[in-house]
Amino acid sequence: MIMRFIYQLGSPPYFYALSGRLLPWLTGICLILFATGLYGGLVLAPADYQQGDSFRIIYIHVPAAWMSMFVYMVMAFSGAMALIWRIKIAEIILINSAHIGAVFTFLALVTGSIWGKPMWGTWWVWDARLTSELLLLFLYLGVLALYSAIDDKRKAARAVAILALVGVVNIPIIHYSVEWWSTLHQGPTITKFDAPSIDTRMLIPLLLMAVAHKFLYAIVVLLRARNDLLWRERRSQWVANLFKGGS
Amino acid sequence: MDAFNTFIHMGGYASYVWSSYAIALLAYGLSIVLPLIEKRRMEKRIRGIIQNEQSATSE
Repeated sequence: MIMRFIYQLGSPPYFYALSGRLLPWLTGICLILFATGLYGGLVLAPADYQQGDSFRIIYIHVPAAWMSMFVYMVMAFSGAMALIWRIKIAEIILINSAHIGAVFTFLALVTGSIWGKPMWGTWWVWDARLTSELLLLFLYLGVLALYSAIDDKRKAARAVAILALVGVVNIPIIHYSVEWWSTLHQGPTITKFDAPSIDTRMLIPLLLMAVAHKFLYAIVVLLRARNDLLWRERRSQWVANLFKGGS
Repeated sequence: MDAFNTFIHMGGYASYVWSSYAIALLAYGLSIVLPLIEKRRMEKRIRGIIQNEQSATSE
């Protein structure tokens, strides 16, 4: 049953039709999550007792930083699927995740920098957390550059899959950097084993924003994947049928 | 009105908070809009390809 679904999902016309039906729902849910998350975070949540209102940058910074790692894991996983089973859809998910992954990483770095200035007194320090996150941005850019440098897109996808898999060592380094090395960056407040050390009124908007970011990623990757798929399969019968239908 | 001003003021951190949100809005907005523009362009090109093939086979 599940294998059948995965097999079907690997078929370009099925993927195209299913993603087309999903997108309006994803967009609606995403907008509701962003609206409630932003209202909760910017209006309802109390100011932090140490950081005042500057802590509200958290609602962009932390979801973007989580997504920067999550998207990379998706890329590495799709890369493995593409290498082992040669699934075309896995290749397409892999390469079309790189742009939005780079955007999340860039935002985590920039909003972190904007947050660091009033709190730490500096825009940037070369500490473990910040440096490993910067390395992640270079990994994303490397994936994009490598893919565009190879003309044969199936070969390019395989090269990129290997790069994505090798780069995965950076992910635990980013996550544990605040525990392994002394750093200006604060330790984890949410993803630790005892209860999160954060007020519920601050935490709920953060979780809403985190889920909203997941939906945003899904929307962007599907939009990009659909374009990519349509162009790769432009000479196939199902694409011709799609355009004959008048849409 | 007063409540609105305090909201905008962000306890003196307005420039930091709002610039973060503005950059995020711009980045996410572009991430959605650019693929949509690309889709339009691509549909036009694919329509052209299909029409060319049809006229080639009918000749």
